[in-house]
Amino acid sequence: MPVERIEGFHSGKTDAEAEAEVKRGILLTTLDKAVNWSRKQSMWPVTFGLACCAIEMMSAGAGDYDLSRWGMELFRASPRQADLMIVAGRVSQKMAPVLRTVYDQMPEPKWVISMGVCASAGGMFTNYAIVQGVDTIVPVDIYVPGCPPKPEMLMYGILRLHEKVRTEGHFK
Amino acid sequence: MIAAELAERVRTISPDVVVSRDEVTAFVQPEALLGALAALRDDAELSFDALSSLTVVDWPDRVPRFWVAYELYSMTHRHRLRVKVGVPAEDPRVASVTPMFPTANWHEREAWDFFGVVFEGHPDLVRILLPDDWEGFPLRKTEELGGIDTRYQGAFIPPVDRRTT
Repeated sequence: MPVERIEGFHSGKTDAEAEAEVKRGILLTTLDKAVNWSRKQSMWPVTFGLACCAIEMMSAGAGDYDLSRWGMELFRASPRQADLMIVAGRVSQKMAPVLRTVYDQMPEPKWVISMGVCASAGGMFTNYAIVQGVDTIVPVDIYVPGCPPKPEMLMYGILRLHEKVRTEGHFK
Repeated sequence: MIAAELAERVRTISPDVVVSRDEVTAFVQPEALLGALAALRDDAELSFDALSSLTVVDWPDRVPRFWVAYELYSMTHRHRLRVKVGVPAEDPRVASVTPMFPTANWHEREAWDFFGVVFEGHPDLVRILLPDDWEGFPLRKTEELGGIDTRYQGAFIPPVDRRTT
């Protein structure tokens, strides 16, 4: 018999009292909440900096703004290890198939943040060279406006995404 | 060599020379281009041995419409010269200078990519910056301005300003 179960050995409690104590230590929750909580607490962004927005994204990941507060400071170089794509910058027509390939290589579940006005709608580049909104090639969860958005704005977008992840069904 | 002297020397090779804002520009007929560039390079006083840039200007109202500009530089004498060649709109062709200046290789590909000027004798005249299946030459002044449809995997999605909800 393990030492912990010897009646009255530690605290002088009876067996029934010890059982009640154990029950108080058990956390009951739903699978949805548990899975979503683990997903939101540890997101793995894929490295996809395209233009000046990427500087703000790197800044958000660096010491001053510190994305590691939400467990996501590590940008993966491989899309196969990532579940979040932050499209930071304008997407040229020639980059569009590459972006889609990177998105396709990410395992489910996966989310996309369109960072800045260029990625969201083409921005000032209303011309032949730039994709007019990255939502024409990949599904976008959060749009962050700005040119470029400050790190605080990106963080706000990330927190909104966390909110979305936390409240959705676990089979996304 | 100051601009006026340079222009005088260049006139011995190609007569049509203009000096503007201390920049010397020589206008050459397309068929005389390669000969003129070779002469400019081989002249001991000029020795334009480097091509620093090659580009195209589109003048929709002028005849000829396209003007290919060769920015030459002399490593020996450290002076510069611009050579311009007019190319007609209906059949924009000019001889490639890649055999003479290897640096022209990508410049000519880019010029073809954006303006549709064909450089005859180029070793590999394919698109360099635009996607391979691109149609049209976007830097021509007659091209439509504004965003274009997103063409991807069979989908055609218009730009934001032309989307209706």
